[in-house]
Amino acid sequence: MAMTDVAHDAVDYVRPAEVAEEALYHPKTWLGKYVFSQDAKIIALQYSMTAMAVGLIALLLSVLMRLQLGFPGVFSFITPDAYIQFVTMHGMIMVIYLLTALFLGGFGNYLIPLMVGARDMVFPYVNMVSYWVYLFAVLLLLASFFVPGGPTGSGWTLYPPQTILPGTPGADWGILLMLISLAFFVIGFTMGGLNYVVTVLQARTRGMSLMRLPLTVWGIFMATILALLAFPALLVSAVMMTLDSVLGTSFFMPAIVSMGQTLDYSGGSPVLFQHLFWFFGHPEVYIVALPAFGIVSELISVHARKNIFGYRLMVWAIVVIGGLSFVVWAHHMYVSGMNPYFGFFFATTTLIIAVPTAIKVYNWVLTLWRGNIRLTVPMLFAIAFVFTFINGGLTGIFLGNVIVDIPLSDTYFVVAHFHMVMAVSPVLAVFGAVYHWYPKITGRMLNETLGKFHFWVTFVGLYCIYYPMHYLGILGVPRRYYATGVTDFIPESAQVMNAGISIAAIIVASTQLVFLYNLAVSTTRGKPAGDNPWGATTLEWQTATTPPSHGNFGKELPLVYRWAYDYSVPGAKEDFIPQNVPASGDTGDAR
Amino acid sequence: MTQTSHATTADSTELLRGTAGVIADWSSDQRAFKRVPWGKAMMWIFLVSDTFIFSCFLIGYMTVRVSTTDPWPNPSEVFALTMFGEKIPLILIAIMTFVLITSSGTMALAVNFGYRRNRKVTFILLLATALLGATFVGMQAFEWTKLITEEGVRPWANPLGAPQFGSVFFMITGFHGTHVSIGVLFLIIVAVKVLRGNMDDERPGFMTGRPQRYEMVETMGLYWHFVDLVWVFIFAFFYLW
Repeated sequence: MAMTDVAHDAVDYVRPAEVAEEALYHPKTWLGKYVFSQDAKIIALQYSMTAMAVGLIALLLSVLMRLQLGFPGVFSFITPDAYIQFVTMHGMIMVIYLLTALFLGGFGNYLIPLMVGARDMVFPYVNMVSYWVYLFAVLLLLASFFVPGGPTGSGWTLYPPQTILPGTPGADWGILLMLISLAFFVIGFTMGGLNYVVTVLQARTRGMSLMRLPLTVWGIFMATILALLAFPALLVSAVMMTLDSVLGTSFFMPAIVSMGQTLDYSGGSPVLFQHLFWFFGHPEVYIVALPAFGIVSELISVHARKNIFGYRLMVWAIVVIGGLSFVVWAHHMYVSGMNPYFGFFFATTTLIIAVPTAIKVYNWVLTLWRGNIRLTVPMLFAIAFVFTFINGGLTGIFLGNVIVDIPLSDTYFVVAHFHMVMAVSPVLAVFGAVYHWYPKITGRMLNETLGKFHFWVTFVGLYCIYYPMHYLGILGVPRRYYATGVTDFIPESAQVMNAGISIAAIIVASTQLVFLYNLAVSTTRGKPAGDNPWGATTLEWQTATTPPSHGNFGKELPLVYRWAYDYSVPGAKEDFIPQNVPASGDTGDAR
Repeated sequence: MTQTSHATTADSTELLRGTAGVIADWSSDQRAFKRVPWGKAMMWIFLVSDTFIFSCFLIGYMTVRVSTTDPWPNPSEVFALTMFGEKIPLILIAIMTFVLITSSGTMALAVNFGYRRNRKVTFILLLATALLGATFVGMQAFEWTKLITEEGVRPWANPLGAPQFGSVFFMITGFHGTHVSIGVLFLIIVAVKVLRGNMDDERPGFMTGRPQRYEMVETMGLYWHFVDLVWVFIFAFFYLW
C-alpha cells in the first residue's frame, strides 16, 4: 500500500507555540484541593456525583409512578396530587439536573481539557463557582419536597395558567422553588459553559486543529453553544412566571375565572410561555443528544478498531443539527392553538433534521461494517444507543407531522417517543461512557460480568417498558393521568399491559443498583487498568499517570500530529496510532 | 506548570486578511481567534448569550402589548416632565440616554489610554465612566419613584391603562439597571486595579489578565458598550413605540 494511504493527515511538523503557557493555579490547602477545587477533573467528579445522586431520586420517583399506574389503588400513599408531583419532578430532574449537568458539567469538565491537550479549563475559578451554584440549585429543588404543599405538580413543562393557580399541587411554594432553582441552574451553567466553549476555541495544544478534535469534544462543544443560547429563554420565562406568581403581574395570565371567582389577572399570553419554554426546550433535547452522539462515535470507533466513517460529515452534521434545533420548537405546540401555517413551517424544519441525523446513523453503522468489533461493555451500550436512537427517531417522524401529531398528542405514544429518543438513548451513552472512561478516572477496570448483566437487563428491560407504550398511545391512553380505569374507550386489557410495564420498570430500576455497586467496589477491587486499556488514540489516554495528575500532562504538553481515529492503519506496528505520534512514527520502531 | 517561553509567538507574526484569514485561523491549531485573550473571547460569548436574554424580554414585552385588551399608555406623555413651566415629552429619558452614550465615549478613551499604559488617565476615564453610569442609575431611580408615587403605577396594576405597561417597564428597566449597576461596580474595581498597577504585576490575580497588557480594560469596555447598546433597543422599542 502506498505511503499516502497509511494515515489520514499525519504530519511530522507542528508549528511553534503562539503564546507562552499560562501559569496554572496550584491549591495550597486540603480544602482547596478536594472540596473547593479549581481542577476541572475534581469539578467533573463533583458534578457527576451530584447529578447521579439527584438522578437516583428521579429514578425512585418513576418507580413510584409505575407502581400507581400498574397497580392502581394498591398504594394508598400515592394520591393523585402526589402522582402528578412525581411526574413533574421526575421529568425536570432527569432532563436538566441529571442529563445536562452530567454531560456538560461531568463529561465536559473531565474530557475537554484532556482531549484538546490543555492543562485545565481556561477560567478554573469560575468553573469551581459553577459547580457550587449548580449544587445550590439542586438543593433548592429538593427543598421543595419539604415545604407546605410539596413540589409543583404542573408537569415538567410548567404551562401557565394552571401552574400558579390554586388546585395545582405546590402552587404556593413548590413552583417558586422550582423557578428559582432553574434560574440558579442557568446562572451556574453559564459560568461552566463559557469555560467549555473558550477552552475548545482558544486553549488547544499545538497541532490540535478543530478538524482533529475527537467527536466527543465536538458534541459537548456544540451542545454547550446550544445551551448558552437556549437557557436565556428558560431564565426569562422563569423570571416572568415568578413575577406572575409573587407580584401578580399578568405576563402569561389571561383574564381567568378560578373556582367561581374572577381573578385579578388579565390580558397576558399563555402561548407566549409555551413559545419561550420550547425555544429552550427543543434545543435542550439536542443539548443531551449531541454529547451522546459524540461519545457514541468515539466508543464505536475505538471498540470496532476502525476509523470513524465520514469524520468531516459527522462534524458538520453536529453543527447543522445544532443550527436547525433553534427553528423547530413549535412542533411541541401543534395543539396549542397557534396559527396553522406555523405548523406547516415547523413540520418542514422538523423533518429536515432527519437528514443530518440519518447521516450520523449511517456513519455509525458504516464504522461498524467490517470492523474488528470487540463486544466490550462500552461497545454494547454504544450499539444499544444506535438501536434505541433509531427507534425513537422513527416515531419522531410520525410526531413531527401535524396531522399525525394531533390525535397522538398527550398520549403514551409521545411518552414512548421521547423516552426512547432523548431519555434512555443518552442514558445508554452515559453508561457506555462511564464503562469506557472509568479506567482513566480511577486507574481500575469495572467488573465486566456485572457490566454485562447490567447491560442486558437494562437494554432488554427498556424495550419491555417503552415498546408497549407506543401501543397504549395509539389506543389513546392519555399521559399524566393518575388512573385510566373509568375511561370508556380504553379496553381493560390496557391495564394488563400497564402492570407488565411496571414490573419491567421495577426490574430495570433495581438493576441500576448493580451498576452503583460495581462503581463503588471497582475503585479498590477492580483490575488495574494501565494507561491505555482500550488501545485508544485520543490524548486523554496518553497521559503520564493514570488517573491524570494536576495539570493533566507532564512537563510538556503533548503535540498533535494526526486526527483522532487512526485505528488499524495498514502497515502500522499496532492497530492504533495515538494522536501525539508523528507521521514518521507510524511504521517504524520509533515508539 | 511554570511558564515555558517559545521563540516565536503569533502575536508578532503577520496574519492573513479577509475571508482567507478567517479560514486559515479556524483551520489552524491552538486558537480559533488569533491574538484574542481568553477573557475577551469569554466576554463576547457571554454577551451573545445575554443578547438572547434581552431579546426574550423584548419579544415577551411586544407579545403582551399585543395580547392585552386594555389600552397601552402613551410613553411620551407618561415620561414627560414639566420643566421651566413647559411639559417636555421624554426629556428625562433623553438626558439618561445622552449620559449613557457619553459614558461609552469615556470608556472607549479609557481602553485607548490603557493600551498606552497611561495608568493615571485610564483611571480617571474609568472613574468618569462609572460616575456617568451611576448618574444613569440615579435618574432611573428618580423615574421609578415618580411613576410609583405620582402616577400610581405598580407591577400588577396601572391606573393609566394596561397593567402590563407597569410589569414590563419595571421588569426590563430593572434588569437593565441591574446590568448597569454591576458594570459600575466592576468599573470601580478595574479602575482601582489600574491605578494600583495590578495590570503590570507579573503575578496572576483576579481580573487582571496577562501582565502588562491591559486587556481587562477592553473586556470591561465590551460589557459596558453592550449595556449601552441594549439601552438603545429598550429606548426604541419601549419609549418611542
